[in-house]
Amino acid sequence: MAPPRLQLHGITKSYPGVVANSDVSLEVLPGEIHAVLGENGAGKSTLMKIIYGVVKPDGGTIAWEGRPVTIANPARARRLGVGMVFQHFSLFETLTVAENIALALEPDRAGPGLSERIRDVSAKYGLPLDPERHVHTMSVGERQRVEIVRCLLQDPKLLIMDEPTSVLTPQAVDKLFETLRRLAAEGCSILYISHKLDEIRALCHKATVLRAGRVTGDCDPRRESSSSLARMMIGGDLPHPRHREAQAGDAALVVTDLSLPADDPFGTTLTHVNLTVRAGEIVGIAGVSGNGQQELLAALSGERPVPDAATIRIAGKAVGRLDAGARRALRFAFVPEDRLGRGAVPEMSLADNALLTAYREGLVAHGFIRADAVREFAEATISAYGVKASGPDAAARSLSGGNLQKFIVGREIRQRPRVMVAAQPTWGVDVGAAAQIRQALLDLRDAGVAILVVSEELDELFEICDRLAVIAQGRLSEVKSVRDTNAEDIGMLMSGSFITPGTESGHQYSPAGAI
Amino acid sequence: MLTLLKFEARPEPSRVAGWISPLLAAGATLIVGFVLFTAMGKNPWVAFHAFFVKPVATLYGVGELLLKATPLMLIAVGLAAGYRANVWNIGAEGQLTMGAIFGGGVALALQESTSPLLLPLMLVMGVAGGVLWAAIPAFLRTRFNANEILTSLMLVYVATLTLSLLVHGAWRDPEGFNFPQSKMFGDAAMIPILLPETRLNLALPLALAVVALGWLFMRKSLWGFRMRVAGLAPAAANYAGISAKRTVWTGLLIGGACAGLAGVTEVAGPLGQLLPSVSPGYGFAAIIVAFVGRLHPVGIVFASLLMSLLYLGGESAQINLALPSAVTGLFQGTLLFFLLAADVFINYRLRVKRPRAGGIPA
Repeated sequence: MAPPRLQLHGITKSYPGVVANSDVSLEVLPGEIHAVLGENGAGKSTLMKIIYGVVKPDGGTIAWEGRPVTIANPARARRLGVGMVFQHFSLFETLTVAENIALALEPDRAGPGLSERIRDVSAKYGLPLDPERHVHTMSVGERQRVEIVRCLLQDPKLLIMDEPTSVLTPQAVDKLFETLRRLAAEGCSILYISHKLDEIRALCHKATVLRAGRVTGDCDPRRESSSSLARMMIGGDLPHPRHREAQAGDAALVVTDLSLPADDPFGTTLTHVNLTVRAGEIVGIAGVSGNGQQELLAALSGERPVPDAATIRIAGKAVGRLDAGARRALRFAFVPEDRLGRGAVPEMSLADNALLTAYREGLVAHGFIRADAVREFAEATISAYGVKASGPDAAARSLSGGNLQKFIVGREIRQRPRVMVAAQPTWGVDVGAAAQIRQALLDLRDAGVAILVVSEELDELFEICDRLAVIAQGRLSEVKSVRDTNAEDIGMLMSGSFITPGTESGHQYSPAGAI
Repeated sequence: MLTLLKFEARPEPSRVAGWISPLLAAGATLIVGFVLFTAMGKNPWVAFHAFFVKPVATLYGVGELLLKATPLMLIAVGLAAGYRANVWNIGAEGQLTMGAIFGGGVALALQESTSPLLLPLMLVMGVAGGVLWAAIPAFLRTRFNANEILTSLMLVYVATLTLSLLVHGAWRDPEGFNFPQSKMFGDAAMIPILLPETRLNLALPLALAVVALGWLFMRKSLWGFRMRVAGLAPAAANYAGISAKRTVWTGLLIGGACAGLAGVTEVAGPLGQLLPSVSPGYGFAAIIVAFVGRLHPVGIVFASLLMSLLYLGGESAQINLALPSAVTGLFQGTLLFFLLAADVFINYRLRVKRPRAGGIPA
């Protein structure tokens, strides 16, 4: 029997104050699709970086096809036959596909004939790609294809995929899985990193579960249930939110025929967006990122005021031209998709970050900051939302993404809003915290708040929303009750199917994400 | 394999390094100074004595030290409010000059006045002059997005040439033997002396009060907090509804007000009249003071004293050791350089790293 393609034994890596990996062992066979499952911060990424030579382990051994090796750098990893598709792409937007791929290859492989080989490989694996296209004109799904083809051109024996589906439509995910299965059938091993249990059960032959840097289980995911995997991953059962029927009231947030030109060359133009969110309901907007979500959110929050005041109304008041502060005064709350630098000031303490938007909650008297009240507000938010932090003095940047997100969500909710807009509320947040955030949003809804959630996670939207719409190429689809639609319909809409041909499109990208 | 020194970001700014870094800078400056003065053929200990001890060996010297520190701390605390908010007012020298013109103009217009209200009126007009001059770059920035670094700097030259025009022309003392200077101000237009036998006047307590106000504003008021947010994370400021225009206006006008006040206290203090030049570059030196003081009001007080000592020490070294002014300038620059450079250790630490051979992550 052939030796395992990759064998890790006792891998340990610690950073100041954190043990990222502790005594991790794992074995990947040729042609095996092996899942590495774990919550955010469980040590998955560190482990992959060790395999790819980006990070040096403190201890442990790595064996490649039975022989012990030291992977000193990514070039060495590539020579061994390890390819990695990162969660965040490393492509130059102003270069073509072929130029981007040539940059990553060994010089002897990057010469003439590269475009031909790109076409061959992409055709063989069902990843259509034009080598001469510029990356900036491509959708996220297409960019991921570039990354995958780039790896495949190096004839990898082991392909590492880091959360590859977070940017794809459900249909695109199916296509990706077909490609991966074909690769595995040809003998390529695949390490598949994810926290999405359904995907792992559908795709992978074997799973190694990490929790807090340690292996907590090895299993065949095809024989496990989602809840048994979740137990290994979080050490408990997946919390399920209580979802009651919505008691929708008056329209609280109304967008009427909002059209807005893109403010940068790679932005998206919003075209005739109409939307109503009523008190006591959650409306969700699905879509592949880069289809106008950012522009719509900036227009709603007041970070980018719009010329016609009446296109956006909060509780009946035309607010289009008001800035974010004036809209907050109408009890409008907003959780942005970027936490550090937008939702929170990285260098400032949690107390100061509470003051950032919650200063109307009695935290200021006669223009002067009431330091005690600010600390109290921050402390109450920390304890009410289970934020893991040393206290109100901890700098925002010292918190993990999920914990900071809980703090920001908590800060916004505790301002007793009338309208709440949340963008990617659980992006990068671990399963337990995500459930807590969703529950908080549902509780807020039941208290009569109008909530708009913009998310790329369809599961999340179906779990918490009462009504759903899809944004594609800067246009918003019809809003449907979640009972009258399903993931497949929404997936079709996400690729822009609702846009009637012939209408002028302000979008720069081709139809998004259709692998 | 090569070993390399590498700066690594600290997770939190180090408090210890905050205290050690000025000592480190002082040590490094002394070493460089030792080499420098020895190479010049001077006894370094005598040179250090001339620089740091001799200027403050007498009560008069201490008075001069505080006198020169006054405008520096006044201007620096105003600039720091703007710098914290990423508003880069480089034109304090011009705003100071405008303050001197406005305040001095009042003194000249009401030359015979003995009213106790004359001096307060001059101070108010001085502030108004500085504010007005700073309002120009603020308007240009918020209306046309013109870079305030360039506009405020260019306005320095407009201000100093305006002053020059006045003292060469309309405001020249007719009995001044054609010297380009105004009449001396009346007694009521002069700031009272604080310490007898020195030139130190009541501008010092005034400046300290402004520093305290600056601290209160930046550290305790919501407005000041929002200025700091705007400086640290502009996207977060926009998200929280902090107006970028208001931040620019506030940052520039506070700087202009403080510089204008410093201008009028100079002409109503040690100078007593308007001259073609009313400042040896306080407006520019205050930029360094603000940063050496780490943009913190208390730090600025210490930094302004140090800067003032360097001014006096440079003169003293030139007189006592016959050192060329370029050398004293070099030595002053060395100290300021090390002070700012050593502050790197507050946010970074040195690590010995073995570089990995080749390879870029794909």
